[in-house]
Amino acid sequence: MNKEELIAKLKVIIKPYTANSEAYDNLTENTDFIKDLEINSANLVDIVLDIEENFDVVIDNTDMERMLDVKTAVEIIETKLAAK
Amino acid sequence: MNLNEIIEKLPYTKPFLFVDELQHVDENSISGSYTFKEDLDFYKGHFKGNPVTPGVILTETMAQIGMVCLGIYLLGDAFNNETVIAFTSADMQFLKAVYPNEKIMVTAQKTFFRFGKLKCEAVMKNEAGQEVCKGILAGMITTKL
Repeated sequence: MNKEELIAKLKVIIKPYTANSEAYDNLTENTDFIKDLEINSANLVDIVLDIEENFDVVIDNTDMERMLDVKTAVEIIETKLAAK
Repeated sequence: MNLNEIIEKLPYTKPFLFVDELQHVDENSISGSYTFKEDLDFYKGHFKGNPVTPGVILTETMAQIGMVCLGIYLLGDAFNNETVIAFTSADMQFLKAVYPNEKIMVTAQKTFFRFGKLKCEAVMKNEAGQEVCKGILAGMITTKL
């Protein structure tokens, strides 16, 4: 899976939890989950659990704390997929 | 942690404490009970001349027993003054009315508790053993938000 495909898959996961649809439509690697998409901490947990299910990876607490924007989320998922 | 210690740690008091006692708790489930005394303030207005326990109060009762009490147990010593509790979602069905002076039992099964988010499936039954309310509840119980 290349980066574009990964972001596309991530975008589908994020959609139901997004509170700012304009920021979602203009999503880039630099989009911040909390500041831009206005996702709360409870829904951020749901996103991480959905990432685990969709990509068949396990996210630990350290990764969770870093996973605050699209770029970092992609990096973490890529690292987890590469380690499989 | 014993059952009474959990209730003592609850961050609620009258008129917004909806837990009388807990019957059981383990890593995956909890059960507790509460009696809706007829002098509770909301009965004066819900409804005029026809007191019925509001659905939001049933939901709150399920959340206090099924989520907050279970969360306190799961956090153990990590639960302290820094802990933040926030109710984040509820998907409920209200099946039967609950009238003043009815005693209800709530049982909840943990779906998951990860990254500070606790999600549960909870059922409330009346003294006749009939389901009065059930649903899926979630909240954050963590040291930071």
